[in-house]
Amino acid sequence: MLQVNKLNVALDSLVLAKDMSFSLEAGKVNVIIGPNGTGKSTLLKTLFGDIQAKSGDILFAGDALQRKQLSHWRKQFGYMPQDIRLDVELSVLEVVLLGQLNSLGLRLDDSLIKEALSALDKIGLLHLANRDVNKLSGGQCQMILFAQALMRKPKILMLDEPVSALDLHFQHVLLDHLDTQTKQQGWVTLMVLHDLNLAAQYADNLLVLKDGDVVASGHPNNILTSSLVKEVYKVDAQITKDSSGIPFIRTVRKNNSAPLSPTPKHSSKEVESLV
Amino acid sequence: MQSDLMADAISTQRRSEKRRWSVISILLVVLASSFVLDIATGPSLLNVKEVTNALLNLLGFPVEVDPTTKVIVTSLRLPIAIMAVVVGGVLGVGGAEMQTLLNNSMASPYTLGMAAAAGFGAALMLYFGSLGIDTNIAVPLGAFVCCMLAATFLFALATMRHISSGQLILAGIALLFLFQSLLSLVQFVSSPELSQQILFWLFGSLSKASWSNLSIIIGVTAICMFFLIRDAWKLTALRLGEERAKSLGVNVSQLRLRTLFIVAIMTATVTSFVGIIGFVGIVAPNIAKMLVGEDQRFFLPLSFIIGAFLLSSASVLSKVIVPGALFPIGIVTAIIGVPFFFWLILGKRR
Repeated sequence: MLQVNKLNVALDSLVLAKDMSFSLEAGKVNVIIGPNGTGKSTLLKTLFGDIQAKSGDILFAGDALQRKQLSHWRKQFGYMPQDIRLDVELSVLEVVLLGQLNSLGLRLDDSLIKEALSALDKIGLLHLANRDVNKLSGGQCQMILFAQALMRKPKILMLDEPVSALDLHFQHVLLDHLDTQTKQQGWVTLMVLHDLNLAAQYADNLLVLKDGDVVASGHPNNILTSSLVKEVYKVDAQITKDSSGIPFIRTVRKNNSAPLSPTPKHSSKEVESLV
Repeated sequence: MQSDLMADAISTQRRSEKRRWSVISILLVVLASSFVLDIATGPSLLNVKEVTNALLNLLGFPVEVDPTTKVIVTSLRLPIAIMAVVVGGVLGVGGAEMQTLLNNSMASPYTLGMAAAAGFGAALMLYFGSLGIDTNIAVPLGAFVCCMLAATFLFALATMRHISSGQLILAGIALLFLFQSLLSLVQFVSSPELSQQILFWLFGSLSKASWSNLSIIIGVTAICMFFLIRDAWKLTALRLGEERAKSLGVNVSQLRLRTLFIVAIMTATVTSFVGIIGFVGIVAPNIAKMLVGEDQRFFLPLSFIIGAFLLSSASVLSKVIVPGALFPIGIVTAIIGVPFFFWLILGKRR
């Protein structure tokens, strides 16, 4: 279990966490949502030990994060940062293999290569294994970096906006795989998402951040309300629930109260005929 | 079906590795040819067979060699030819690691002011009459100390938080201008004879090669290369970006400092003995990258081999451009390097 107690983080004069406390259970997908600049990425970096907290404790399985034992602490993490650029002359397979950096020798073991290929296979990208990574699209790079994070065999998996460049298909491939693996392997999974509907579908636990604090946490079915969306994002939203109780968020325009999500004027067949 | 795809992917990866080892082997042969040619050229032209026989004889093979040829090869030309290979290799590796650390294909110890600092140190020693020490020791020592001073300044910056690679490059360029200006100042206040001496040192020359300074350079290079190869995968990970390397468990600030220190020691050592030789540090890694990519297991040795080949062939050219005279090698590398540099800037696909 990952536990955060009274965490205070500030970058220069900007306070990004004040007395923040929460705990994350193993085997559950935890999703952080919140407005831009509220410190979501900073929180991930702080948990990873990249940013030093002013005060407070971060504990995993009873062990506290200590600056002197940072490399030991980080060994437990799979961390996928926001930046997805891969401007490097390496093959996809080599990039994925770097997830097992400490096991790589001057000659690559067949077993490690198979492991990397299997990680690619699970997310449907085995056919790209020998391609140059700098010739791939942003979305493909994002999927490959996800495979790399899986290669680390983490106890804690943190992903910063892992679906920002993905199409609908791969959004679900990634998140479904993440959900299954989290439950099977007993990972503590923590990811930042901007899409509230994806967050509602995939989160077992939602952490809503605002002004450096967790303003709400719990299962999305229980906490996602239009008043919370209004409070956090200053946006009007209509929230409906599907048959399994998962909330669906539809934002409403400020001026004319028309939904922000476009309502199609033409049927899909009409659109196809226009194309 | 999936297992077929996996088997295909593994064999493609193995083929790709084999291809890259083949490239390294071919370039080793090219380097060996250039090395033999470097020994063969000079005021008394030897043929390749004579040189090969002398080298084989030196290695203990029972081959007949003319005694004069043996003296020319072993005492006069071999140290210079080995010096060209080692110095070129070091400059190539120095450039490769600077480019890796700073994520910029134009970075090298030369463009970051380390070589200019060495030049300033040497000039200062010449100006002060070597401070009463033997010139052959004092000048390299001055060059080494100043080069390490410049590197220490870069270390200090690299240890500061929030200093990006881009800022480090700008700081290096500022150092380059500073030391070039200081160098001009020393030349300005020196007598014409002394100024000429400084200028000749700055041109770069392999002619001071001896077995004693070669043993220092080879020893330092071997130790430094061992540590760089040991970090090969971490350095490869660094090419994905600093944040990503951290996420893979690399202690980026430690790796950056360690590599910068190794490159500084290597550069300071070779520059202090041979003077300033530009462009090899930029050109060699860029050719290596094109041939084998950025997996440091291949990139690092190939940068060494290509750097060694460039300087070895420049050494041959420096002897044949003006027959009977030794053309300064620093000028030759610049003449070859500048067109390549333009090609790199203007002709890069991406």
